[in-house]
Amino acid sequence: MTSKLQKLLLGSCLALGLGMTAPANADDLSIGFIAPTTGIFAQIGKDMVDGFQMYLDDHGGKLGGMTVKFIVEDNQGKPDAAVTKAKKLILQDHVQMFIGGLLASTGYALAPVSTAEKTLYISSISSADDLTQRQLDKYPYFIRTSWTSSLPEQPLGQWACDQGYKKVITIGADYAFGYESVGGFQKVFEDCGGKVIQKIWPPLGTKDFGPYIPTMKTDADAIFSLMVGPMALQFPKQLRGAGNKTPIVAGGTSYDEFVLPFMGDEVIGDVSALHYSAAIPTPRNEAFVKAYRAKYGKVPSYYSENNYTTALWIDETIKKSGGKWPGAEAFIKTMQSIKVDAPRGPVAMDDMRNPVENVYIKKVEKKKMFGYDKDELWNTVIKTYPNVSQFWTYGKEKFLAQPVYSREFPACKFCE
Amino acid sequence: MMTQKIKILIVILALVAFAFIVPRSGSFVVLLATRAMAFAILAMSVDLLLGYTGMSSMGQAAYFGVGAYLTAVLATKFHFGMGWDFWIVVVLGILIGCALAALFGLFAIRAGGVYFLMITLALGQCVWGLAYRWNSLTGGDNGINMSGRPSFGLDLTNETTFFYLVFAFFAVSMGLLYVLVRSPFGRSLAGIRERELRMQILGYNTWLHKYIAFIIAGGFGGVAGVLWAHTNGHVSPETVVLTTSVDSLLMVVLGGAGTLVGATLGAAIVFGLREYLSTLVPWWQYALGGVYVLTILYLPMGLMGIPSRLRQRLGSKDKGEGSKKLASKPS
Repeated sequence: MTSKLQKLLLGSCLALGLGMTAPANADDLSIGFIAPTTGIFAQIGKDMVDGFQMYLDDHGGKLGGMTVKFIVEDNQGKPDAAVTKAKKLILQDHVQMFIGGLLASTGYALAPVSTAEKTLYISSISSADDLTQRQLDKYPYFIRTSWTSSLPEQPLGQWACDQGYKKVITIGADYAFGYESVGGFQKVFEDCGGKVIQKIWPPLGTKDFGPYIPTMKTDADAIFSLMVGPMALQFPKQLRGAGNKTPIVAGGTSYDEFVLPFMGDEVIGDVSALHYSAAIPTPRNEAFVKAYRAKYGKVPSYYSENNYTTALWIDETIKKSGGKWPGAEAFIKTMQSIKVDAPRGPVAMDDMRNPVENVYIKKVEKKKMFGYDKDELWNTVIKTYPNVSQFWTYGKEKFLAQPVYSREFPACKFCE
Repeated sequence: MMTQKIKILIVILALVAFAFIVPRSGSFVVLLATRAMAFAILAMSVDLLLGYTGMSSMGQAAYFGVGAYLTAVLATKFHFGMGWDFWIVVVLGILIGCALAALFGLFAIRAGGVYFLMITLALGQCVWGLAYRWNSLTGGDNGINMSGRPSFGLDLTNETTFFYLVFAFFAVSMGLLYVLVRSPFGRSLAGIRERELRMQILGYNTWLHKYIAFIIAGGFGGVAGVLWAHTNGHVSPETVVLTTSVDSLLMVVLGGAGTLVGATLGAAIVFGLREYLSTLVPWWQYALGGVYVLTILYLPMGLMGIPSRLRQRLGSKDKGEGSKKLASKPS
């Protein structure tokens, strides 16, 4: 403690007195990582950091031969604080890149910093659609290794239609991530001939769905739910408790591995879609899940996997650049040309700097997996849509001609 | 006893030293100091209400928020306020803060004490709700990003230049508020704080006095918001959220209500711990919590109460020793 305090004092004296910090060693790669490590999203932030850290630890703290200086900064889940911390990383620590950001709003806040400071920003979780769609031109130093909110929900719309569902109710958290997820599902589902007959928007963080459940129409074939965090635990419990047995098809975060261990048996059989499931039956994923669980005592969520893969991708990119930092623009170009073999399956980058990846339609099952001896809830993969692009099957031009998914788009044509 | 003149001199010297040292201490510190000063203007406006008028407002973020949103909306939708017209935005920011306070004041001033607190809280949340749900104007949860800062001869994109600008606003605000609280109007506010009924009997229209103080505080909140929007170039519902109001109130209590300088100290400490210490150690939250708890337990007058507290201590010690001597004499 004392030595830390001394360092702290010395550091601030130096910073105050000299107004400078040591320049980075040419062989070092300074990476800033922004995640909420305090506040209500702290546990998710931990998963994010752990995923990245695990890859680093497995590779002796080096990526592509460069020694990595990994600096984690806490944004308390606030977009504003994220900007402050990003500037700290750039101005004081002189990082070559910063990674992270959880909420869509954080992504929207961080992308302009990368442009203003000409520093690479890799969005490893934040999924705001438009960053790699209609607004991409504004952010030349931005690239994403995770997903867009609507990417997995578009195949899910197709899947729901293929199951013969005709009428669906959507219930989704009332903010951008919710609009984009529900929008993606609705667009594809209705283009295939289905009808969304009711759209409900409970506020983000709703703890009691009592007022919403009785208003749900009774003639629906399925319910599309898009929940985040504690909402995900509450909704199925209350819905089933109210005697509603309509099948659920859901956005990925409603049943991701982050909430699944805390869920009851009432969610067995519920279906959701995401670009990762801890139960993907490949040796690559099995090894990842086992190593992660041994190290951190829990099953990895997509928050862990996406950051693990981000580290992997940086590793490959630096290797291909000859083991040294090539500069932000060249880095992005090289990264776009690399296809990685991640725990979640093969992932490539499209020309809008967003991944093309598998989307898994998953069903919650209670079973033993990967040799663990207890019955647990797992997201069993029941169908894989390979190499899904953020534009689904519409094609880039046609997709970008429509507005970004929002509360108003697509309009609810079949609501009364 | 220190005379008022010496106190003012100390504050001015401290400000000059601050303006001299900070720009030489690395750009991140400059950025943080800039943000702390913009927020300190809000904290001082809370102090005008809490410390000088005795009204604990829980909705001060509303005026801060409208100032910030006004700046961001004008800049992104109308490309207004990025040149010399920045000064028009400043005036508009003050006006919109005043106007909103004038409206809210009609509801809030009728009540006192905890009811005033509840009403301002509710009104503040209304503004938050608007920011969160009025997607077409505010961008909803995503907020609004502005590109760059204004430039009019002075290039504010330079962190140090912007620091000096915000410093000027901060110093002027402090000066104005100081003059205000020392004026007859300010004295009557203090009278209301101490005993409203007596002021009424003396013939003062206390409602009007409180209403005007509330509007003035709103105006300072508005200008703080304009500056805040430019510190990070990002405005979101997080700017208007309840925590912002609570933070400003806590800063005042921490530094010492009814001192203006205390509000500034509070802002400096909270920003220092939350945004600087958090880059160094993971246990910064304990430090912040500890400071709050210790202040409330041992310094009911806030940090600005330390000198008088020390004097009291030393004084009572002398007295204690004196009485001991007296007591030991007869034996």
